[in-house]
Amino acid sequence: MTHKHERTLRVGSLARVEGEGAMHVRFDRAGRVERARLEIYEPPRFFEAFLRGRDYAEAPDITARVCGICPVAYQISACLAMEEACGVTVGGQLAELRRLLYCGEWIESHALHIHLLHAPDFLGYADGIAMARDHRAAVERGLEIKKIGNALMALVGGRAIHPVNVRVGGFHRVPTRAELRRFAPELRRALELALEAVIWVAGFDFPEAEIGHRLAAVVQGDRYPIDGGSQIVTDAGSGFGIEQFEDHVIERQVPHSTALYAELADGGTYLTGPLARYSLHSAKLSRHAAAAARAAGLGDQCRNPFQSIIVRAVEIVYAIEEALRIIEEYEPPERPWVPVAPRAGRGHGVTEAPRGLLYHRYDIDGDGTIRQARIVPPTAQNQAAIEAELSELVQRRQELADAELTALCEQAIRNFDPCISCSAHFLDLHLERP
Amino acid sequence: MPSTAEAGRKRLAVFKFASCDGCQLTLLDCEDELLALADTIEIAHFTEATRVSLPGPYDVALVEGSITTAEDAERIKQVRADSRFLVVLGACATAGGIQALRDFGDVREFAEAVYARPDYISTLEHSSPIAEHVPVDFELRGCPIDRGQLLEVITAYLAGRKPRIPDRSVCFECKARGTVCVTVAEGTPCLGPVTHAGCGAICPAFGRGCYGCFGPSRDTNTEAMIRLLRTQGHSPEQIARVFRTFNATSPAFLAASRAAAADPETRS
Repeated sequence: MTHKHERTLRVGSLARVEGEGAMHVRFDRAGRVERARLEIYEPPRFFEAFLRGRDYAEAPDITARVCGICPVAYQISACLAMEEACGVTVGGQLAELRRLLYCGEWIESHALHIHLLHAPDFLGYADGIAMARDHRAAVERGLEIKKIGNALMALVGGRAIHPVNVRVGGFHRVPTRAELRRFAPELRRALELALEAVIWVAGFDFPEAEIGHRLAAVVQGDRYPIDGGSQIVTDAGSGFGIEQFEDHVIERQVPHSTALYAELADGGTYLTGPLARYSLHSAKLSRHAAAAARAAGLGDQCRNPFQSIIVRAVEIVYAIEEALRIIEEYEPPERPWVPVAPRAGRGHGVTEAPRGLLYHRYDIDGDGTIRQARIVPPTAQNQAAIEAELSELVQRRQELADAELTALCEQAIRNFDPCISCSAHFLDLHLERP
Repeated sequence: MPSTAEAGRKRLAVFKFASCDGCQLTLLDCEDELLALADTIEIAHFTEATRVSLPGPYDVALVEGSITTAEDAERIKQVRADSRFLVVLGACATAGGIQALRDFGDVREFAEAVYARPDYISTLEHSSPIAEHVPVDFELRGCPIDRGQLLEVITAYLAGRKPRIPDRSVCFECKARGTVCVTVAEGTPCLGPVTHAGCGAICPAFGRGCYGCFGPSRDTNTEAMIRLLRTQGHSPEQIARVFRTFNATSPAFLAASRAAAADPETRS
């Protein structure tokens, strides 16, 4: 850094995020941040286009392929949307099994992000493997939690990445009570490890920061939201039904960028994901999860994005407790699925992917052919807020040298666990203007 | 991952093209082996996992994803030039992936359907496998790949031997697993007879037919498969669709979906 007024921070290829992106921060001559951009160069894959003409029953398997990190989020959102379109509600033990599978995905995804992607920032390593040279036990603990999350997904879904067992109406096959009960000791082991992980991450140093954006999350009755819900609420107290999502969330294109930004029609940029879920629903956490949050020093809300790593650890504890509860109460349903006969109509499905709210909407014909599909992934919704947070952070910490400031920016981006592979709503970016 | 090359250690690199990240995630899903592997080799480039990015040459490069942009068509050439062995992972890299469904439509129309400003979209008309662009040493199948098979391939190339990956059909895995045939017992449509093994025959074990995510097996009789699906009462469109998913443009499945859609007998 020699001439402050010409300063540009760049990370050509963002590491330890899902998918491919870059960061670009540019200052004006007065030293103010002119623009902070999270650049997406993930090539578009056109899911919404090729879903047209496919059968409604194919949507869960096809949309899972948007993201290898959170396929269950795509499968369940797609199922819920198709079932709504066909006037069917899947409840009881089938819904509980969906939540159980989804818990596996939360455990796996959060354990990966905490231990291999995010913690190295706090402890000053290039990656989780380098970190393991000095913190072997912590990394091994994280990998063991992750492995149990994957095993839960394989138990209910057939495999951890792109599970095969989910179908519109329920599952192809449901587990026996004995199969699930046999897994409980693994989960109890994971619970112990996850509680240790909360304490571990709570001991990190957290830069001062506070989210200045709206927070939005699904409401799932009196439960901490995971696998569905019919309402979305924000921390401003406003709310809307998921069938009104496209009236309340608008996607905007800005002239100098080619990425799409989602905004609330009445409230500007917003953030979904762990901070939003926790701040809106912390009262609904289970016993150990609530106690772990308190022990980690969290209040009813958490608005410091750097502390999202603690919230993720607390959410792992919650997902494990939920999985244990579901297994304990499990009675195999009579049928693995309920019939879902196609009819012409529109359906919406919203669930909480590990990194935030995922919206699906389909219009189908009377024979089940998909006419139109709309998918709004979490990172598309979070992107504007992430950039604003970056801008603010850089403005505040611009006394730092380039290398240090760049590292802090990368860490700040990873606070939001962006999943750039969900490219359905990202465009290829042409960079740099004269 | 050290910042300088360590003498005697084999160097592994992981690259991503158009994909969902699931195949490279499989490497991070080797929870029991990951740290041990990292103790014995040098991970020189793996953007999903590390900030460290070292230039080639690499002993083994693992490549996920298909080629869908002009830039990526150039980038893969450099990866090839930098790598002693190039191993491609999964349906995207071996067959073009789900995004190759654009090949049955018009990519410009696709862009208009998804984006408000399709003129900003820079993409190729086809989604192509890596082997269409550069020579490939090994193609590991699956959507996603199997973790055990990934470890076998990495181990083999690091040891300088050929990987032991059978190219027979899923039917063999069902027999080995002791799963009752879902087609014979229940008339469930199943692509197992024409699909490459490797998944462990998960779908039939969960009571559903194989949906072909590993692509065609070596000696694939898709004609017989189409006849069977026809006798099970499936329409030409339905039969064409089952071949048009994650490996839609792999030659055997492409020919099968075209035959199914065009066959006048199928239409009768």
